[in-house]
Amino acid sequence: MDILVLAEQSDGSPLGIVLELLTAARSLAGGGAVEAFTWGAGASGAVGVLGEYGATRVYNAGDIGDSLPGPRVAAAIAQQITAGGAPDAIFVPTTYDARDVAGRLSARLDRPVLTNIVGLATEGGDLISEHAIFGGSQVLRARFTGDGPGIYVIRAKSFAAEPAEGAGAPEVVAVELPETGPTDAAKVGGRHVEEQSGPKLDEATVVVSGGRGLGSAENYGWIVELADLLHGAAGASRAIVDSGWVPYSHQVGQTGKTVKPTVYIAAGISGATQHMVGMKAAKNIIAINKDADAPIFSIADLGVVGDVSKVLPKLIESIKGRQA
Amino acid sequence: MNVAVCVKQIPDPAEPSALDASTHTLVREGKLVLDDSDSYGVEMALQLVETSGGGDVILISMAPNNETSGLRTALAMGAASAVLVSDPLLKGSDALGTAKVLAAAIRTLEPAPELVLTATESTDGYTGTTPVQLAELLGWPSVTFAKHVEVGDGSVKVQRQTEAGYDEVTSPLPAVVSVTAGVVEPRYPSFKGIMAARSKPVSEHTVSSLGLTQDEVGFSGARQAVVSVQAAEARSGGEIVIDEGEAHERIVAFLEQIKVL
Repeated sequence: MDILVLAEQSDGSPLGIVLELLTAARSLAGGGAVEAFTWGAGASGAVGVLGEYGATRVYNAGDIGDSLPGPRVAAAIAQQITAGGAPDAIFVPTTYDARDVAGRLSARLDRPVLTNIVGLATEGGDLISEHAIFGGSQVLRARFTGDGPGIYVIRAKSFAAEPAEGAGAPEVVAVELPETGPTDAAKVGGRHVEEQSGPKLDEATVVVSGGRGLGSAENYGWIVELADLLHGAAGASRAIVDSGWVPYSHQVGQTGKTVKPTVYIAAGISGATQHMVGMKAAKNIIAINKDADAPIFSIADLGVVGDVSKVLPKLIESIKGRQA
Repeated sequence: MNVAVCVKQIPDPAEPSALDASTHTLVREGKLVLDDSDSYGVEMALQLVETSGGGDVILISMAPNNETSGLRTALAMGAASAVLVSDPLLKGSDALGTAKVLAAAIRTLEPAPELVLTATESTDGYTGTTPVQLAELLGWPSVTFAKHVEVGDGSVKVQRQTEAGYDEVTSPLPAVVSVTAGVVEPRYPSFKGIMAARSKPVSEHTVSSLGLTQDEVGFSGARQAVVSVQAAEARSGGEIVIDEGEAHERIVAFLEQIKVL
């Protein structure tokens, strides 16, 4: 089957999840074509790496100026498909921008989307998607029944990224983005980069997350400090994101990010199913919670029944002491 | 300014959820509640209308079974009226089918709203594409993952969450904006609000009264099928330590053992 991967990039580097999707596409295509569609300033810098991970052809829409990618990138892909260049499947990374492209494309082509995919397999020529439901306690497998191409929106860390053996340089096709009129009227006026030290949440080998048990927004400082000391990233439960303690970009879970670190430290998080689905694939889980019956302990390799406001400061001091 | 807010009534997330054994859709029996995720959009809409000096907040919702209890919560917060699309044909609808219904319902509004707010995704289905599908069907611009919204001079200014921080995005109206949770503090309905909500108008539509066909919505419109539902690989608990002042040492030892320290 032919697979097109939406290859979001930043400053000429494809996002990690894009390389995961290309790797998956290679193993699922079964001799079919694996191609990538990229856009944005610096996109031509990403072409080489996309090739290394198996894209034999890269469509490059180039700089999109102050447009949001959704409407025009979707319009360009829809145009290609209508002109007869339809892949069997379109793989979309679960990111802020690419999910917009998937939504626009779905409505334009009148094709449904399957989202929150955590695994893919082929069965009798059909592509089957896997979805973690009910806190990851069950796996639902689904497929499209109508005409293709199917639009598959896939979560990060569902596949390991591996370069393709003997990959050559991909063919590059420059794509001109169509004008879409009113749908493209939202424009980016400025970009604000919030200070971010350490690795990205979904790429970190250590993730320290805080929940309601921290007691107050100020105490989230412990989470950030511990994450920094361990060269990790700071995460959060939905409860404290909903309460406005930390921005949505820190949220781990069903409606947030999926993480798969070497160690996940959950502090003051009880372990709602909505949270567990986003972190239960961590190699090691340490949980600190004062409620001995908290569900998080049922999946923790090390569970500490105690008050985070007592345990965390001591933990921070003792790690500082070792590193001094 | 008139603002429409798309809201979903969902089974209480505090209750255990289940799949219907034959259809593999979420069981939606019993009382439905307003999705918490939507309370932020309702609150933001109320604030925007108050700031603009007039206008109404109108709720748009769909349900297979005439359910209004979640809508009453949002009406009690201060929304003026609601449009409920209720039809057994809607059972099994996916995100695109839902967007088609919401778009058709929004087109019935007189006067047309200048702004449509949604959550970024529902708590129960969390597909997360409906707001943008809706915008495309309406032919409107959209700004997703808004953490701050201001309206003035016929345009909406949004701080849009990004991986690195946020973008300032400006869009002319009408537009669809999806709002992330936690960005405003949803008000609690007052007693007066709850009483007033009982008599606020909820106009009902069906699939056919919106001019949609059976093929576009529900199971047939979704064009996707569940192949199987299986238990996932289980993960079990390990060592439990009760903190008596020294538990941090056990954590340090664990981190050493896995070579993180």
